[in-house]
Amino acid sequence: MGERELKLLGTWVSPYVIRVRVVLNQKGLKYEYFEQDLTNKSELLLKYNPIHKKVPVLIDNDQPVCESLVILQYIDEAWSKTGPSVLPTDPYERAMARFWAVYIDDKVFLASAGILKATTEEAKAEKIIETMAGLELLEETFKKCSKGKPFFGGDTIGFLDVTLGSCLVWLKATEKVSELTLLDGNKFPKLVKWTEQFLSADCVKEVMPKVEKVEEYINKTLKPKWAAAATSSK
Amino acid sequence: MVPNSEVRLFGMWASPAVWRVEWALKMKGIEFEYIEEDVSDKSSSLLMYNPINKQVPVLVHNGKPIVESLVILEYIDETWNDKPILPVDSYERAKARFWATFVDVKCREAARKSFFGEGEERENGIENLEIQLKALDEELEGKKFFAGNSIGYTDLVVGWMAFWLGVAEEAGDFKAVNSSKFPFFTAWIENFLQDPLIKNNLPPRDKTVEFFRLFRQAGSCAKANVK
Repeated sequence: MGERELKLLGTWVSPYVIRVRVVLNQKGLKYEYFEQDLTNKSELLLKYNPIHKKVPVLIDNDQPVCESLVILQYIDEAWSKTGPSVLPTDPYERAMARFWAVYIDDKVFLASAGILKATTEEAKAEKIIETMAGLELLEETFKKCSKGKPFFGGDTIGFLDVTLGSCLVWLKATEKVSELTLLDGNKFPKLVKWTEQFLSADCVKEVMPKVEKVEEYINKTLKPKWAAAATSSK
Repeated sequence: MVPNSEVRLFGMWASPAVWRVEWALKMKGIEFEYIEEDVSDKSSSLLMYNPINKQVPVLVHNGKPIVESLVILEYIDETWNDKPILPVDSYERAKARFWATFVDVKCREAARKSFFGEGEERENGIENLEIQLKALDEELEGKKFFAGNSIGYTDLVVGWMAFWLGVAEEAGDFKAVNSSKFPFFTAWIENFLQDPLIKNNLPPRDKTVEFFRLFRQAGSCAKANVK
């Protein structure tokens, strides 16, 4: 079989991109990475993701795959014999993984972003409660999925590990910017232990940005952007 | 074929998410028990099987619950793996999943704004819907169904737009689907609704329009009462 040309369009800070890179690393797949400037979208991005114009976009021999969770499943299926599986093999466990991945993105991560976006103490408190409630459920889910092993995926990093894991640096940066604790070792002992395992894995270390860099990004880029949007909207 | 299989589906007669699961089960010839839920007075079974979202559909297979219609569809396809609903090729599967997220997140949000919204919000919703319909229209050019000559996963997933979007347009008094702007999409609606699987598996239209009309009124009241 000929050499397959893999390209990835992404940004250094996006959890959706980070999770794809972790899986590509874990599968030992070589790819060309193109850092995108989302304030000035490239021709490449507009060509390969005309509908959403977002990252990540995986381009496999000129065929684009968009949406991070779709990309993860694509990699798992297209390279099923290479490296560890991303999703479990049992259909029921796969269904659980798919459910919790969407929950992580739509409920937990979004709620944590809401902490940063909140303009009142009341709104902030509401988002903190939401995030913590999500983490509590994930602590329980971790116990069920890991069955005593280090990862949601068992012995190796899997679908839920990369989905939640890719958000960790954001969660930690949110803790620092907002001066609070989310990943509380007393409330979520298993989850916190898991964060250490995940962040120390080789396939992760290479692509995970430093918390300080994300903190700076939140303070210098994101918050001013949100403030400007709020004042300019009717 | 999965021997000694007990399949139950908790649903609600007007819900498109429930119907897409029913379509999948019937396409595969899977026998199941259907339980109608009163969503204003949820059963203890539903709350037990779906404590997180407390919503339908819930598929219970041999006592184990699976929730979220897209997750359920993939579970059905993987568990009863003859007559596949999803494409076999991994790139085609990725495209199918992409469209699923597109219609369930983007199109649904635009439809919601068009239906419940007023003034600028409604206009914005309709405008977005039209952009999305254009994308779907382009995807359908030269094809009878998204999957080719017969119905597949993408058709089942976009299916709500063949019936419920029309219902929402009527009940919400707006128009987005246009046969001259979106000829392939309009043709697909016809093909989809005429397919024997779908034709005999839809809720009654008048009853559904009335239900959505009331739903819209309740939505406006709720908005008026909030803050």
